[in-house]
Amino acid sequence: MSKKKVAEKVKSAVKNKNLHTLLITVIAYVVITALISEGVLSRHYQSLLVPVGINIILAVSLNLTVGFLGELTLGHAGFMSVGAYAGCLFTTYSELPKWVEFPIALVIGGLVAAIFGIIIGIPALRLKGDYLAIVTLAFGEIIRSVINDMEITGGAGGLKGISKYSDYTIVLIVIFLTIVIIRNLVKSKHGRAICSIRDNVIAAESVGVNIVFYKLLAFVLAAFFAGAAGVLYGHNLGILKPGTFDFNKSIEILVIVVLGGMGNITGSVIAAVLVTVLPEVLRELADYRMLIYSIVLIAMMLFNASPKFRAAKNLVTSKIKSGISFAGVKIKSLFIGKRKGTR
Amino acid sequence: MALLEIKNLGIAFGGLKAVDDLNLSVEKGQLYGLIGPNGAGKTTVFNLITGVYKPTQGQFFLDGENLTCKSTMEISRKGIARTFQNIRLFGKMSIIDNVKVGMSNHHKYSVAEGILRLPRFFKEEREMTEKAMSLLKVFGLDSDPNILASNLPYGKQRKLEIARALATGPKLLLLDEPAAGMNPNETGELMDMIRFVRDEFDMTILLIEHDMKLVAGICEELTVLNFGKELAHGKTSEVLNDPAVITAYLGE
Repeated sequence: MSKKKVAEKVKSAVKNKNLHTLLITVIAYVVITALISEGVLSRHYQSLLVPVGINIILAVSLNLTVGFLGELTLGHAGFMSVGAYAGCLFTTYSELPKWVEFPIALVIGGLVAAIFGIIIGIPALRLKGDYLAIVTLAFGEIIRSVINDMEITGGAGGLKGISKYSDYTIVLIVIFLTIVIIRNLVKSKHGRAICSIRDNVIAAESVGVNIVFYKLLAFVLAAFFAGAAGVLYGHNLGILKPGTFDFNKSIEILVIVVLGGMGNITGSVIAAVLVTVLPEVLRELADYRMLIYSIVLIAMMLFNASPKFRAAKNLVTSKIKSGISFAGVKIKSLFIGKRKGTR
Repeated sequence: MALLEIKNLGIAFGGLKAVDDLNLSVEKGQLYGLIGPNGAGKTTVFNLITGVYKPTQGQFFLDGENLTCKSTMEISRKGIARTFQNIRLFGKMSIIDNVKVGMSNHHKYSVAEGILRLPRFFKEEREMTEKAMSLLKVFGLDSDPNILASNLPYGKQRKLEIARALATGPKLLLLDEPAAGMNPNETGELMDMIRFVRDEFDMTILLIEHDMKLVAGICEELTVLNFGKELAHGKTSEVLNDPAVITAYLGE
Protein backbone atom coordinates (compact mmCIF):
# COMPACT_ATOMS: atom_id res chain seq x y z
CA MET A 1 0.00 0.00 0.00
CA SER A 2 1.34 3.39 -0.94
CA LYS A 3 1.82 6.01 1.74
CA LYS A 4 -0.92 8.19 0.33
CA LYS A 5 -3.45 5.38 0.47
CA VAL A 6 -2.54 4.67 4.06
CA ALA A 7 -2.96 8.32 4.90
CA GLU A 8 -6.38 8.35 3.26
CA LYS A 9 -7.45 5.25 5.13
CA VAL A 10 -6.28 6.73 8.39
CA LYS A 11 -8.15 9.92 7.63
CA SER A 12 -11.41 8.10 6.94
CA ALA A 13 -10.99 5.99 10.04
CA VAL A 14 -10.42 9.08 12.14
CA LYS A 15 -13.47 10.72 10.60
CA ASN A 16 -15.49 7.77 11.80
CA LYS A 17 -17.54 9.18 14.64
CA ASN A 18 -18.08 5.81 16.26
CA LEU A 19 -14.36 5.50 16.85
CA HIS A 20 -14.37 9.01 18.32
CA THR A 21 -17.10 8.02 20.72
CA LEU A 22 -15.23 4.85 21.69
CA LEU A 23 -12.07 6.88 22.27
CA ILE A 24 -13.88 9.40 24.44
CA THR A 25 -15.68 6.67 26.40
CA VAL A 26 -12.40 4.89 27.12
CA ILE A 27 -10.77 8.16 28.16
CA ALA A 28 -13.73 8.93 30.44
CA TYR A 29 -13.43 5.48 31.97
CA VAL A 30 -9.70 5.83 32.60
CA VAL A 31 -10.08 9.33 34.04
CA ILE A 32 -12.91 8.33 36.38
CA THR A 33 -11.06 5.23 37.57
CA ALA A 34 -7.93 7.30 38.18
CA LEU A 35 -9.84 10.00 40.05
CA ILE A 36 -11.47 7.44 42.31
CA SER A 37 -8.27 5.55 43.08
CA GLU A 38 -6.43 8.80 43.77
CA GLY A 39 -9.18 9.80 46.15
CA VAL A 40 -9.92 13.06 44.31
CA LEU A 41 -13.59 12.17 43.88
CA SER A 42 -15.35 12.18 47.23
CA ARG A 43 -17.83 9.44 48.08
CA HIS A 44 -20.62 11.92 47.51
CA TYR A 45 -19.52 12.68 43.97
CA GLN A 46 -18.84 9.03 43.26
CA SER A 47 -22.47 8.33 44.03
CA LEU A 48 -23.40 10.86 41.33
CA LEU A 49 -21.63 9.00 38.52
CA VAL A 50 -24.44 6.56 37.82
CA PRO A 51 -27.30 9.13 38.00
CA VAL A 52 -25.36 11.40 35.62
CA GLY A 53 -24.94 8.50 33.23
CA ILE A 54 -28.61 7.58 33.46
CA ASN A 55 -29.59 11.14 32.64
CA ILE A 56 -27.25 11.10 29.65
CA ILE A 57 -28.98 7.98 28.30
CA LEU A 58 -32.42 9.48 28.94
CA ALA A 59 -31.53 12.80 27.34
CA VAL A 60 -29.88 11.32 24.26
CA SER A 61 -32.86 9.03 23.69
CA LEU A 62 -35.43 11.79 24.26
CA ASN A 63 -33.47 13.91 21.79
CA LEU A 64 -34.38 11.35 19.13
CA THR A 65 -38.09 12.16 19.45
CA VAL A 66 -37.90 15.82 20.46
CA GLY A 67 -34.83 16.95 18.55
CA PHE A 68 -34.75 14.78 15.44
CA LEU A 69 -38.37 13.76 14.96
CA GLY A 70 -39.55 17.12 16.27
CA GLU A 71 -42.42 15.78 18.37
CA LEU A 72 -42.79 16.99 21.94
CA THR A 73 -43.34 14.01 24.24
CA LEU A 74 -43.58 14.29 28.02
CA GLY A 75 -43.92 10.61 28.90
CA HIS A 76 -40.26 9.65 29.03
CA ALA A 77 -40.35 8.97 32.79
CA GLY A 78 -43.28 6.64 32.14
CA PHE A 79 -41.22 4.48 29.76
CA MET A 80 -38.35 4.63 32.23
CA SER A 81 -40.55 3.28 35.02
CA VAL A 82 -42.00 0.46 32.92
CA GLY A 83 -38.50 -0.64 31.97
CA ALA A 84 -37.22 -0.25 35.51
CA TYR A 85 -39.90 -2.46 37.04
CA ALA A 86 -39.63 -5.10 34.31
CA GLY A 87 -35.83 -5.33 34.59
CA CYS A 88 -35.74 -5.22 38.38
CA LEU A 89 -38.45 -7.84 38.76
CA PHE A 90 -36.46 -10.07 36.43
CA THR A 91 -33.25 -9.85 38.48
CA THR A 92 -35.19 -10.27 41.73
CA TYR A 93 -36.71 -13.56 40.60
CA SER A 94 -33.93 -15.03 38.45
CA GLU A 95 -31.08 -17.05 39.92
CA LEU A 96 -28.49 -16.34 37.25
CA PRO A 97 -25.06 -14.87 38.03
CA LYS A 98 -24.72 -11.08 37.86
CA TRP A 99 -22.93 -10.79 34.52
CA VAL A 100 -25.56 -12.89 32.81
CA GLU A 101 -28.71 -11.60 34.36
CA PHE A 102 -27.92 -7.90 34.37
CA PRO A 103 -27.47 -7.51 30.59
CA ILE A 104 -30.58 -9.64 30.09
CA ALA A 105 -32.46 -7.40 32.53
CA LEU A 106 -31.34 -4.32 30.58
CA VAL A 107 -32.63 -5.79 27.35
CA ILE A 108 -35.89 -6.93 28.98
CA GLY A 109 -36.45 -3.48 30.48
CA GLY A 110 -35.81 -1.90 27.11
CA LEU A 111 -38.06 -4.30 25.23
CA VAL A 112 -40.98 -3.95 27.65
CA ALA A 113 -40.70 -0.16 27.42
CA ALA A 114 -40.52 -0.47 23.63
CA ILE A 115 -43.70 -2.58 23.58
CA PHE A 116 -45.43 0.11 25.64
CA GLY A 117 -44.01 2.60 23.15
CA ILE A 118 -45.77 0.77 20.32
CA ILE A 119 -49.04 0.50 22.24
CA ILE A 120 -49.03 4.18 23.15
CA GLY A 121 -47.44 5.39 19.95
CA ILE A 122 -49.88 3.98 17.42
CA PRO A 123 -52.85 6.03 18.66
CA ALA A 124 -50.90 8.97 20.13
CA LEU A 125 -48.67 9.75 17.17
CA ARG A 126 -51.69 10.74 15.11
CA LEU A 127 -51.64 13.86 17.23
CA LYS A 128 -49.26 16.75 16.78
CA GLY A 129 -47.49 19.29 18.92
CA ASP A 130 -49.17 20.30 22.17
CA TYR A 131 -51.84 17.60 21.85
CA LEU A 132 -49.23 14.85 21.68
CA ALA A 133 -47.41 16.42 24.64
CA ILE A 134 -50.55 16.31 26.79
CA VAL A 135 -51.42 12.73 25.78
CA THR A 136 -47.92 11.42 26.56
CA LEU A 137 -47.98 13.32 29.84
CA ALA A 138 -51.27 11.66 30.76
CA PHE A 139 -49.88 8.28 29.76
CA GLY A 140 -46.94 8.72 32.15
CA GLU A 141 -49.30 9.51 34.99
CA ILE A 142 -51.50 6.49 34.19
CA ILE A 143 -48.51 4.17 34.33
CA ARG A 144 -47.47 5.65 37.65
CA SER A 145 -50.87 5.16 39.24
CA VAL A 146 -51.21 1.62 37.85
CA ILE A 147 -47.82 0.67 39.30
CA ASN A 148 -48.93 2.25 42.56
CA ASP A 149 -51.88 -0.13 42.78
CA MET A 150 -50.26 -3.34 41.62
CA GLU A 151 -49.10 -5.98 44.07
CA ILE A 152 -46.15 -7.40 42.19
CA THR A 153 -44.52 -3.96 42.03
CA GLY A 154 -44.79 -3.44 45.76
CA GLY A 155 -47.28 -0.62 45.33
CA ALA A 156 -46.61 2.75 46.89
CA GLY A 157 -44.20 1.19 49.37
CA GLY A 158 -41.87 0.41 46.49
CA LEU A 159 -40.02 -2.60 45.14
CA LYS A 160 -37.29 -3.44 47.64
CA GLY A 161 -34.29 -5.69 47.73
CA ILE A 162 -33.02 -5.09 44.20
CA SER A 163 -29.38 -6.08 43.78
CA LYS A 164 -27.15 -3.02 43.42
CA TYR A 165 -25.57 -4.00 40.14
CA SER A 166 -25.17 -0.59 38.51
CA ASP A 167 -21.70 0.88 38.49
CA TYR A 168 -20.06 3.43 36.27
CA THR A 169 -18.50 0.75 34.03
CA ILE A 170 -21.78 -0.74 32.89
CA VAL A 171 -23.35 2.72 32.68
CA LEU A 172 -20.54 3.91 30.41
CA ILE A 173 -21.04 0.87 28.19
CA VAL A 174 -24.77 1.55 27.89
CA ILE A 175 -24.10 5.25 27.20
CA PHE A 176 -21.67 4.28 24.45
CA LEU A 177 -24.19 1.91 22.87
CA THR A 178 -27.00 4.46 23.13
CA ILE A 179 -25.00 7.21 21.46
CA VAL A 180 -23.63 4.97 18.71
CA ILE A 181 -26.98 3.38 17.89
CA ILE A 182 -28.91 6.66 17.87
CA ARG A 183 -26.28 8.54 15.92
CA ASN A 184 -25.85 5.75 13.38
CA LEU A 185 -29.61 5.72 12.91
CA VAL A 186 -29.76 9.48 12.48
CA LYS A 187 -26.91 9.45 9.96
CA SER A 188 -28.59 6.92 7.69
CA LYS A 189 -31.45 7.13 5.20
CA HIS A 190 -33.83 6.25 8.02
CA GLY A 191 -32.55 9.14 10.11
CA ARG A 192 -32.90 11.49 7.17
CA ALA A 193 -36.50 10.38 6.82
CA ILE A 194 -37.08 11.11 10.53
CA CYS A 195 -35.54 14.58 10.21
CA SER A 196 -37.54 15.29 7.06
CA ILE A 197 -40.75 14.71 9.04
CA ARG A 198 -39.58 17.32 11.55
CA ASP A 199 -38.79 19.88 8.85
CA ASN A 200 -41.91 19.47 6.71
CA VAL A 201 -44.43 16.64 7.02
CA ILE A 202 -46.29 17.43 3.81
CA ALA A 203 -43.11 17.51 1.74
CA ALA A 204 -41.84 14.34 3.41
CA GLU A 205 -45.04 12.53 2.49
CA SER A 206 -44.87 13.87 -1.05
CA VAL A 207 -41.46 12.27 -1.62
CA GLY A 208 -42.74 8.93 -0.33
CA VAL A 209 -41.53 8.93 3.30
CA ASN A 210 -43.58 6.52 5.41
CA ILE A 211 -44.63 8.96 8.13
CA VAL A 212 -46.32 6.46 10.45
CA PHE A 213 -43.43 4.00 10.38
CA TYR A 214 -40.69 6.54 11.03
CA LYS A 215 -42.57 8.37 13.76
CA LEU A 216 -43.13 5.05 15.49
CA LEU A 217 -39.52 3.96 14.96
CA ALA A 218 -38.13 7.07 16.66
CA PHE A 219 -40.69 6.90 19.45
CA VAL A 220 -40.13 3.19 20.17
CA LEU A 221 -36.35 3.37 20.03
CA ALA A 222 -36.40 6.29 22.49
CA ALA A 223 -38.70 4.27 24.76
CA PHE A 224 -36.31 1.31 24.56
CA PHE A 225 -33.36 3.31 25.87
CA ALA A 226 -35.51 5.00 28.50
CA GLY A 227 -36.48 1.52 29.71
CA ALA A 228 -32.84 0.41 29.85
CA ALA A 229 -31.98 3.59 31.78
CA GLY A 230 -34.77 2.70 34.21
CA VAL A 231 -33.19 -0.71 34.82
CA LEU A 232 -29.86 0.98 35.60
CA TYR A 233 -31.71 3.35 37.92
CA GLY A 234 -33.38 0.56 39.89
CA HIS A 235 -30.14 -1.38 40.28
CA ASN A 236 -28.39 1.74 41.50
CA LEU A 237 -30.71 2.61 44.36
CA GLY A 238 -31.82 -0.90 45.24
CA ILE A 239 -35.39 0.31 45.60
CA LEU A 240 -38.04 1.52 43.13
CA LYS A 241 -40.83 3.89 44.11
CA PRO A 242 -43.51 4.93 41.62
CA GLY A 243 -43.33 8.51 42.91
CA THR A 244 -39.87 9.07 41.41
CA PHE A 245 -41.23 8.64 37.89
CA ASP A 246 -43.67 11.54 37.99
CA PHE A 247 -43.84 14.13 35.31
CA ASN A 248 -41.18 16.26 37.00
CA LYS A 249 -38.71 13.61 35.89
CA SER A 250 -39.92 13.90 32.27
CA ILE A 251 -39.59 17.68 32.49
CA GLU A 252 -36.08 17.37 33.91
CA ILE A 253 -35.02 15.29 30.90
CA LEU A 254 -36.70 17.73 28.55
CA VAL A 255 -34.78 20.59 30.21
CA ILE A 256 -31.55 18.72 29.52
CA VAL A 257 -32.47 18.18 25.87
CA VAL A 258 -33.44 21.82 25.33
CA LEU A 259 -30.36 23.08 27.12
CA GLY A 260 -28.06 20.80 25.13
CA GLY A 261 -29.74 21.78 21.88
CA MET A 262 -32.43 20.06 19.83
CA GLY A 263 -30.85 17.40 17.68
CA ASN A 264 -27.45 17.83 19.30
CA ILE A 265 -26.24 14.59 20.90
CA THR A 266 -22.98 15.96 22.28
CA GLY A 267 -24.94 18.88 23.72
CA SER A 268 -27.32 16.48 25.47
CA VAL A 269 -24.39 14.70 27.10
CA ILE A 270 -22.83 17.92 28.40
CA ALA A 271 -26.17 19.33 29.55
CA ALA A 272 -27.00 16.08 31.37
CA VAL A 273 -23.78 16.34 33.35
CA LEU A 274 -24.41 20.01 34.20
CA VAL A 275 -28.04 19.64 35.19
CA THR A 276 -27.43 16.56 37.34
CA VAL A 277 -24.33 17.81 39.11
CA LEU A 278 -25.45 21.39 39.61
CA PRO A 279 -28.02 20.82 42.42
CA GLU A 280 -25.46 18.73 44.28
CA VAL A 281 -22.79 21.41 44.00
CA LEU A 282 -25.31 23.92 45.31
CA ARG A 283 -26.16 21.75 48.31
CA GLU A 284 -24.10 23.98 50.61
CA LEU A 285 -26.52 26.82 49.97
CA ALA A 286 -29.19 24.85 51.83
CA ASP A 287 -32.50 26.71 51.65
CA TYR A 288 -31.56 28.73 48.61
CA ARG A 289 -30.50 25.67 46.62
CA MET A 290 -33.47 25.26 44.32
CA LEU A 291 -33.78 29.02 43.87
CA ILE A 292 -30.18 29.34 42.73
CA TYR A 293 -30.56 26.21 40.62
CA SER A 294 -33.49 27.73 38.78
CA ILE A 295 -31.71 31.04 38.29
CA VAL A 296 -28.65 29.27 36.90
CA LEU A 297 -30.91 27.29 34.54
CA ILE A 298 -32.51 30.50 33.27
CA ALA A 299 -29.09 32.08 32.82
CA MET A 300 -27.84 29.03 30.91
CA MET A 301 -30.86 29.06 28.61
CA LEU A 302 -30.41 32.77 27.92
CA PHE A 303 -26.72 32.30 27.21
CA ASN A 304 -27.51 29.39 24.94
CA ALA A 305 -29.90 31.55 22.93
CA SER A 306 -27.50 34.46 22.47
CA PRO A 307 -25.72 34.55 19.10
CA LYS A 308 -22.38 35.67 20.53
CA PHE A 309 -22.27 32.81 22.99
CA ARG A 310 -23.18 30.40 20.21
CA ALA A 311 -20.36 31.66 18.03
CA ALA A 312 -17.91 31.24 20.91
CA LYS A 313 -19.27 27.74 21.58
CA ASN A 314 -18.91 26.73 17.93
CA LEU A 315 -15.32 27.96 17.92
CA VAL A 316 -14.50 25.90 21.01
CA THR A 317 -16.20 22.75 19.70
CA SER A 318 -14.46 22.97 16.33
CA LYS A 319 -11.12 23.39 18.12
CA ILE A 320 -11.84 20.36 20.29
CA LYS A 321 -12.93 18.34 17.28
CA SER A 322 -9.81 19.14 15.31
CA GLY A 323 -7.80 18.33 18.43
CA ILE A 324 -9.38 14.90 18.68
CA SER A 325 -8.83 14.23 14.98
CA PHE A 326 -5.22 15.28 15.34
CA ALA A 327 -4.69 13.00 18.33
CA GLY A 328 -6.44 10.19 16.45
CA VAL A 329 -4.15 10.57 13.43
CA LYS A 330 -1.09 10.60 15.69
CA ILE A 331 -2.14 7.46 17.51
CA LYS A 332 -3.10 5.67 14.30
CA SER A 333 0.08 6.60 12.48
CA LEU A 334 2.07 5.40 15.47
CA PHE A 335 0.52 1.97 15.13
CA ILE A 336 0.89 1.83 11.38
CA GLY A 337 4.47 3.00 11.60
CA LYS A 338 5.27 0.21 14.02
CA ARG A 339 3.62 -2.41 11.86
CA LYS A 340 5.57 -1.25 8.86
CA GLY A 341 8.79 -1.41 10.86
CA THR A 342 8.31 -5.05 11.71
CA ARG A 343 7.71 -6.09 8.13
CA MET B 1 -52.88 5.48 -23.72
CA ALA B 2 -52.04 8.74 -22.02
CA LEU B 3 -49.60 8.76 -19.11
CA LEU B 4 -51.93 10.71 -16.85
CA GLU B 5 -55.63 10.32 -17.39
CA ILE B 6 -58.03 12.35 -15.24
CA LYS B 7 -61.70 11.43 -15.57
CA ASN B 8 -64.58 13.51 -14.18
CA LEU B 9 -62.45 14.40 -11.16
CA GLY B 10 -64.00 16.65 -8.56
CA ILE B 11 -63.97 17.60 -4.92
CA ALA B 12 -66.52 19.48 -2.84
CA PHE B 13 -65.66 21.21 0.42
CA GLY B 14 -69.12 21.30 1.94
CA GLY B 15 -71.23 23.07 -0.65
CA LEU B 16 -68.28 24.53 -2.53
CA LYS B 17 -67.19 22.57 -5.57
CA ALA B 18 -63.51 23.51 -5.70
CA VAL B 19 -62.93 21.23 -8.69
CA ASP B 20 -65.86 20.01 -10.72
CA ASP B 21 -65.94 17.30 -13.36
CA LEU B 22 -62.42 17.80 -14.65
CA ASN B 23 -61.14 15.76 -17.60
CA LEU B 24 -57.53 15.95 -18.61
CA SER B 25 -55.02 13.71 -20.30
CA VAL B 26 -51.28 14.21 -20.51
CA GLU B 27 -49.27 12.20 -23.02
CA LYS B 28 -45.85 10.83 -22.20
CA GLY B 29 -43.12 13.41 -22.72
CA GLN B 30 -45.54 16.30 -22.90
CA LEU B 31 -45.19 19.71 -21.27
CA TYR B 32 -48.73 20.46 -20.18
CA GLY B 33 -49.93 23.67 -18.59
CA LEU B 34 -52.77 24.18 -16.14
CA ILE B 35 -53.73 27.83 -15.91
CA GLY B 36 -56.55 29.95 -14.59
CA PRO B 37 -57.32 32.99 -12.45
CA ASN B 38 -56.62 32.99 -8.70
CA GLY B 39 -58.84 30.59 -6.80
CA ALA B 40 -59.75 28.60 -9.91
CA GLY B 41 -58.76 25.31 -8.23
CA LYS B 42 -55.43 24.59 -9.91
CA THR B 43 -53.50 23.70 -6.77
CA THR B 44 -56.50 21.68 -5.60
CA VAL B 45 -56.09 19.54 -8.73
CA PHE B 46 -52.47 18.92 -7.74
CA ASN B 47 -53.54 18.07 -4.22
CA LEU B 48 -56.07 15.62 -5.60
CA ILE B 49 -53.69 13.76 -7.87
CA THR B 50 -51.02 13.55 -5.14
CA GLY B 51 -53.47 12.17 -2.60
CA VAL B 52 -53.43 15.16 -0.24
CA TYR B 53 -57.19 15.47 -0.79
CA LYS B 54 -59.45 12.53 -1.57
CA PRO B 55 -61.72 13.26 -4.56
CA THR B 56 -65.47 13.20 -3.99
CA GLN B 57 -66.08 12.27 -7.63
CA GLY B 58 -64.20 10.80 -10.56
CA GLN B 59 -60.93 8.93 -10.94
CA PHE B 60 -57.39 9.38 -12.21
CA PHE B 61 -54.94 6.93 -13.73
CA LEU B 62 -51.15 6.90 -14.11
CA ASP B 63 -49.98 4.60 -16.87
CA GLY B 64 -53.38 2.92 -16.79
CA GLU B 65 -53.25 2.25 -13.05
CA ASN B 66 -56.05 3.66 -10.93
CA LEU B 67 -54.50 5.75 -8.14
CA THR B 68 -57.68 7.49 -7.02
CA CYS B 69 -57.86 6.59 -3.36
CA LYS B 70 -54.18 5.90 -2.72
CA SER B 71 -52.23 7.77 -0.02
CA THR B 72 -49.72 10.50 -0.81
CA MET B 73 -46.87 8.13 0.01
CA GLU B 74 -48.13 5.40 -2.32
CA ILE B 75 -48.77 7.84 -5.14
CA SER B 76 -45.24 9.18 -4.77
CA ARG B 77 -43.90 5.64 -4.97
CA LYS B 78 -46.00 4.98 -8.06
CA GLY B 79 -44.29 7.85 -9.82
CA ILE B 80 -45.92 11.25 -9.33
CA ALA B 81 -43.62 13.87 -7.83
CA ARG B 82 -44.41 17.49 -7.14
CA THR B 83 -43.12 20.86 -6.03
CA PHE B 84 -45.07 23.32 -3.94
CA GLN B 85 -46.37 26.83 -4.55
CA ASN B 86 -44.96 27.97 -1.21
CA ILE B 87 -41.61 26.20 -1.12
CA ARG B 88 -41.47 23.22 1.23
CA LEU B 89 -37.90 22.14 1.71
CA PHE B 90 -36.36 20.32 4.66
CA GLY B 91 -34.89 23.58 5.95
CA LYS B 92 -32.62 22.30 8.70
CA MET B 93 -31.08 19.61 6.52
CA SER B 94 -28.23 20.01 4.05
CA ILE B 95 -29.17 20.31 0.40
CA ILE B 96 -27.63 16.94 -0.46
CA ASP B 97 -29.67 15.33 2.33
CA ASN B 98 -32.80 16.95 0.91
CA VAL B 99 -32.15 15.17 -2.37
CA LYS B 100 -31.23 11.92 -0.62
CA VAL B 101 -34.56 11.88 1.26
CA GLY B 102 -36.21 11.83 -2.16
CA MET B 103 -34.13 8.81 -3.14
CA SER B 104 -34.62 6.66 -0.09
CA ASN B 105 -37.32 4.46 -1.57
CA HIS B 106 -34.94 3.17 -4.20
CA HIS B 107 -32.39 2.04 -1.63
CA LYS B 108 -33.60 -0.70 0.57
CA TYR B 109 -31.05 -1.21 3.34
CA SER B 110 -32.84 -1.88 6.62
CA VAL B 111 -32.79 -0.01 9.91
CA ALA B 112 -30.54 -2.67 11.44
CA GLU B 113 -28.12 -2.50 8.50
CA GLY B 114 -27.96 1.24 8.97
CA ILE B 115 -27.33 1.08 12.71
CA LEU B 116 -24.77 -1.74 12.50
CA ARG B 117 -23.06 -0.07 9.52
CA LEU B 118 -23.03 -3.27 7.48
CA PRO B 119 -21.41 -3.29 4.00
CA ARG B 120 -24.72 -2.71 2.23
CA PHE B 121 -25.12 0.59 4.11
CA PHE B 122 -21.81 1.91 2.80
CA LYS B 123 -22.43 0.64 -0.73
CA GLU B 124 -25.89 2.17 -1.03
CA GLU B 125 -24.93 5.41 0.73
CA ARG B 126 -22.07 5.82 -1.75
CA GLU B 127 -24.45 5.28 -4.64
CA MET B 128 -26.91 7.75 -3.18
CA THR B 129 -24.22 10.38 -2.69
CA GLU B 130 -23.04 9.98 -6.26
CA LYS B 131 -26.54 10.18 -7.69
CA ALA B 132 -27.46 13.12 -5.46
CA MET B 133 -24.32 15.00 -6.50
CA SER B 134 -25.02 14.49 -10.18
CA LEU B 135 -28.57 15.74 -9.67
CA LEU B 136 -27.33 18.79 -7.79
CA LYS B 137 -24.86 19.41 -10.60
CA VAL B 138 -27.67 19.53 -13.16
CA PHE B 139 -29.22 22.37 -11.17
CA GLY B 140 -25.95 24.13 -10.43
CA LEU B 141 -26.17 23.44 -6.73
CA ASP B 142 -23.12 21.24 -6.37
CA SER B 143 -20.64 23.86 -5.19
CA ASP B 144 -21.50 23.40 -1.51
CA PRO B 145 -23.69 20.33 -0.94
CA ASN B 146 -23.54 20.65 2.85
CA ILE B 147 -25.14 24.09 3.11
CA LEU B 148 -28.51 24.09 4.89
CA ALA B 149 -31.49 24.25 2.54
CA SER B 150 -32.99 27.22 4.42
CA ASN B 151 -29.81 29.23 3.76
CA LEU B 152 -30.18 29.00 -0.02
CA PRO B 153 -31.40 32.04 -1.95
CA TYR B 154 -34.99 31.85 -3.17
CA GLY B 155 -34.31 30.90 -6.79
CA LYS B 156 -32.01 28.08 -5.77
CA GLN B 157 -34.56 26.79 -3.27
CA ARG B 158 -37.02 26.40 -6.16
CA LYS B 159 -34.38 24.48 -8.10
CA LEU B 160 -33.60 22.28 -5.13
CA GLU B 161 -37.26 21.43 -4.80
CA ILE B 162 -37.31 20.26 -8.41
CA ALA B 163 -34.12 18.26 -7.84
CA ARG B 164 -35.66 16.60 -4.81
CA ALA B 165 -38.81 15.73 -6.77
CA LEU B 166 -36.71 14.21 -9.56
CA ALA B 167 -34.76 12.19 -7.01
CA THR B 168 -37.86 10.11 -6.34
CA GLY B 169 -37.57 8.80 -9.91
CA PRO B 170 -41.02 9.92 -11.05
CA LYS B 171 -42.85 9.31 -14.32
CA LEU B 172 -44.78 12.55 -13.98
CA LEU B 173 -43.52 15.80 -12.50
CA LEU B 174 -45.97 18.39 -11.18
CA LEU B 175 -44.64 21.95 -10.87
CA ASP B 176 -46.78 24.36 -8.87
CA GLU B 177 -45.97 27.92 -10.00
CA PRO B 178 -42.25 27.34 -10.52
CA ALA B 179 -41.67 30.94 -11.64
CA ALA B 180 -43.46 32.59 -8.69
CA GLY B 181 -41.32 35.39 -7.29
CA MET B 182 -38.71 35.21 -10.02
CA ASN B 183 -37.51 38.13 -12.11
CA PRO B 184 -37.67 37.94 -15.94
CA ASN B 185 -34.05 36.77 -16.18
CA GLU B 186 -34.58 33.98 -13.72
CA THR B 187 -37.82 33.01 -15.44
CA GLY B 188 -35.96 32.71 -18.75
CA GLU B 189 -33.38 30.51 -17.11
CA LEU B 190 -36.14 28.43 -15.54
CA MET B 191 -37.80 27.88 -18.92
CA ASP B 192 -34.55 26.49 -20.33
CA MET B 193 -34.19 24.31 -17.27
CA ILE B 194 -37.68 22.85 -17.49
CA ARG B 195 -37.12 21.99 -21.13
CA PHE B 196 -33.76 20.49 -20.23
CA VAL B 197 -35.32 18.37 -17.47
CA ARG B 198 -37.95 17.10 -19.86
CA ASP B 199 -35.35 16.07 -22.47
CA GLU B 200 -32.60 14.89 -20.12
CA PHE B 201 -34.79 12.84 -17.78
CA ASP B 202 -37.35 11.88 -20.42
CA MET B 203 -39.96 13.43 -18.14
CA THR B 204 -43.61 14.31 -18.50
CA ILE B 205 -44.39 17.65 -16.87
CA LEU B 206 -47.66 19.17 -15.77
CA LEU B 207 -47.29 22.71 -14.50
CA ILE B 208 -49.36 25.47 -12.98
CA GLU B 209 -48.21 28.96 -13.86
CA HIS B 210 -49.39 32.54 -13.89
CA ASP B 211 -46.50 33.89 -15.93
CA MET B 212 -47.96 33.88 -19.45
CA LYS B 213 -44.55 34.32 -21.05
CA LEU B 214 -43.44 31.05 -19.53
CA VAL B 215 -46.69 29.30 -20.34
CA ALA B 216 -46.67 30.46 -23.96
CA GLY B 217 -42.96 29.70 -24.21
CA ILE B 218 -42.82 26.09 -23.10
CA CYS B 219 -46.26 24.50 -22.75
CA GLU B 220 -47.48 22.43 -25.66
CA GLU B 221 -51.02 22.05 -24.46
CA LEU B 222 -53.13 23.89 -21.90
CA THR B 223 -56.20 23.43 -19.80
CA VAL B 224 -57.80 26.57 -18.40
CA LEU B 225 -59.72 26.35 -15.15
CA ASN B 226 -62.21 28.89 -13.87
CA PHE B 227 -64.27 28.43 -10.70
CA GLY B 228 -63.24 24.76 -10.57
CA LYS B 229 -64.52 24.03 -14.07
CA GLU B 230 -62.71 23.57 -17.32
CA LEU B 231 -63.03 26.67 -19.42
CA ALA B 232 -60.98 25.57 -22.40
CA HIS B 233 -58.32 23.11 -23.46
CA GLY B 234 -56.15 22.47 -26.46
CA LYS B 235 -53.00 23.74 -28.19
CA THR B 236 -51.38 26.62 -26.30
CA SER B 237 -51.66 29.23 -29.05
CA GLU B 238 -55.34 28.45 -29.69
CA VAL B 239 -56.29 28.47 -26.02
CA LEU B 240 -54.54 31.74 -25.27
CA ASN B 241 -56.46 33.43 -28.09
CA ASP B 242 -59.79 32.01 -27.02
CA PRO B 243 -62.16 34.93 -26.21
CA ALA B 244 -63.63 33.06 -23.21
CA VAL B 245 -60.15 32.66 -21.70
CA ILE B 246 -59.29 36.30 -22.27
CA THR B 247 -62.55 37.33 -20.62
CA ALA B 248 -61.86 35.12 -17.60
CA TYR B 249 -58.44 36.67 -17.13
CA LEU B 250 -59.17 40.29 -17.96
CA GLY B 251 -62.88 40.59 -17.21
CA GLU B 252 -65.55 41.83 -19.57
